[in-house]
Amino acid sequence: MCDNDHRRWNHLKKILERSSPFCHPDFEPGTGILEFLQNSCKLLVVGAGGLGCELLKDLAMMGFGDVHVIDMDTIDLSNLNRQFLFRRKDVNSSKAEVAAKFINERVPTCRVTPHHCKIQDKSEDFYRNFHFVVCGLDSVVARRWINGMLISLLSYDDNQQLDNSTVIPLIDGGTEGFKGNVRVIIPGITPCIDCTLDLFPPQVTYPLCTIASTPRLPEHCIEYVKLIQWPKENPFDSNIDTDDPVHISWIYEKSLERADEFGINGVNYRLVQGVIKNIIPAVASTNAVIAAACVTEAFKVATSCCPLLNNYAVFNNADGIYTYTYEAERKSDCITCSPRKAKYLDIDDTNMRLEKIIEILCEHQQYQMKNPALTIELDGKRKTLYMPNVPSIELKTRPNLKMTLEQLGIADGCKLLVADITNPRAFEIILKIKNNCVSME
Amino acid sequence: MIKLYSLKQHKKDGETPKSGNQRKASAAHLRITKDLNELTLPKTCTTEFPDPDDLLNFKLTICPDEGSYKGGKFNFSFKVGVNYPHEPPKVKCETTVYHPNIDLDGNVCLNILREDWKPVLTINSVIYGLQYLFLEPNPEDPLNKEAADVLQNNKRLFDMNVQKAMRGGVIGNTYFEKCLK
Repeated sequence: MCDNDHRRWNHLKKILERSSPFCHPDFEPGTGILEFLQNSCKLLVVGAGGLGCELLKDLAMMGFGDVHVIDMDTIDLSNLNRQFLFRRKDVNSSKAEVAAKFINERVPTCRVTPHHCKIQDKSEDFYRNFHFVVCGLDSVVARRWINGMLISLLSYDDNQQLDNSTVIPLIDGGTEGFKGNVRVIIPGITPCIDCTLDLFPPQVTYPLCTIASTPRLPEHCIEYVKLIQWPKENPFDSNIDTDDPVHISWIYEKSLERADEFGINGVNYRLVQGVIKNIIPAVASTNAVIAAACVTEAFKVATSCCPLLNNYAVFNNADGIYTYTYEAERKSDCITCSPRKAKYLDIDDTNMRLEKIIEILCEHQQYQMKNPALTIELDGKRKTLYMPNVPSIELKTRPNLKMTLEQLGIADGCKLLVADITNPRAFEIILKIKNNCVSME
Repeated sequence: MIKLYSLKQHKKDGETPKSGNQRKASAAHLRITKDLNELTLPKTCTTEFPDPDDLLNFKLTICPDEGSYKGGKFNFSFKVGVNYPHEPPKVKCETTVYHPNIDLDGNVCLNILREDWKPVLTINSVIYGLQYLFLEPNPEDPLNKEAADVLQNNKRLFDMNVQKAMRGGVIGNTYFEKCLK
């Protein structure tokens, strides 16, 4: 057993326990690193689908010991050709749970903890727990959400120096057919998802009038049924369930009728599925390549043994094999990660009225605002404090002006979201209230 | 290079990070607050927010003061998604209207609401676009084909139909509810 164990990790030890010309200059080889990888390093895999299965397998085989996986989806029959942790009997079960169980049974050195829920259901404290995150997602929205979450966990000291212990690296893999990409995001240091948002291809949309009156493509007919005919006829008294074959068949028949009417060829069941589900054809080998590259980066992030991918790699095996790595750049005015200096406003105490705050914002040397709108997040819910330019909101929020910060539930450290014509975009101001609990006497 | 290994060991023994750190407002919230505070509505338009704390869902009323639809009153609902401004707001017309570019279910054919949307556009641009639809209904891009055909072939009949619809009446097989101001 011991010998076996030794043999299993032998190759990793060669990398982690000795130096080499390819090491990162700061790398200090030692036995503690493998131990860290196996026992202390805690990472999150987002998505347990095509990429997720590959990622989990690779991570487990690579020696990672504490892996969490989050996915809201359940297993569909059509997943089984490439999502190899799932079997026929698992259809309709949670992807995260089945994948975790499979790995746990197969690779005893790896403990996978499943989370069958949306990424949005988890709190900051959940995400803060991880050393790093690996994403195998199929949605730009979800990527942006994770990216925004990890960036919001960063903390800066009073000199605006990033506290390195709050940095949670993000390794993002993505595939589409024969194409894929891998990127390494060190929040606060390297470009984030939102810095390079224009790299994502825009979603295909057709003009509504074309769909409605001058369809030319089979896709137009399908979109017509989806956007116009379904809501109108509401055949099953529900929204379209893209996994329900009865729904898809209905759409298929109606699309076919419409295509016949306009003399359009090419509507078939598969196309209907593709258009309705927004299916991106999945190629197992692409997933395997991208996941392997992601896990290599994960290994480097966890051990510091080699310089990381800097910072964006594309892969294309549609016609031969092509890869290219380049350095994406940070966007200086990125709405999510630009190193904005935190803005502060000093307030004497919570007895101050909201109107006084607005007055201060208008007179303050640094801000000199004209007509600011203010909102704030309280107990996880956004609240409009005052919005002067929208009559219906102004009327309803006017009473807030006479209320004190305490009455409004605003305490030290709260972030005011402020929009004003003097600034090209809305931003947040952190309130620093000297005397926070005046009513304690 | 961030040395996770040594860093996180330190983090583990060290202090727990401040969790008092409030969440950053989402990009959609930042942007919609800005958009709304800078609305410069034409005098024919008013907005209504059923819940002033929810800036992502609201109503717009357009009362055109010239053109075929003068005297009418048309309600729209706006739903701004979390992906705003990378995706356009979802806009529906809640008044049944006899209009070549608005169908009877309230779908609106306005290029900037779909294929020509760009993140630099604002709620203001959309409102102006909608207002323009009432001033210059466009029979070339029909969503309500009958109305478009009438407009193309017989402007006078079209205007009469619009008036009839706004007063509350039947055109073709459709009953239009009264929507005069």
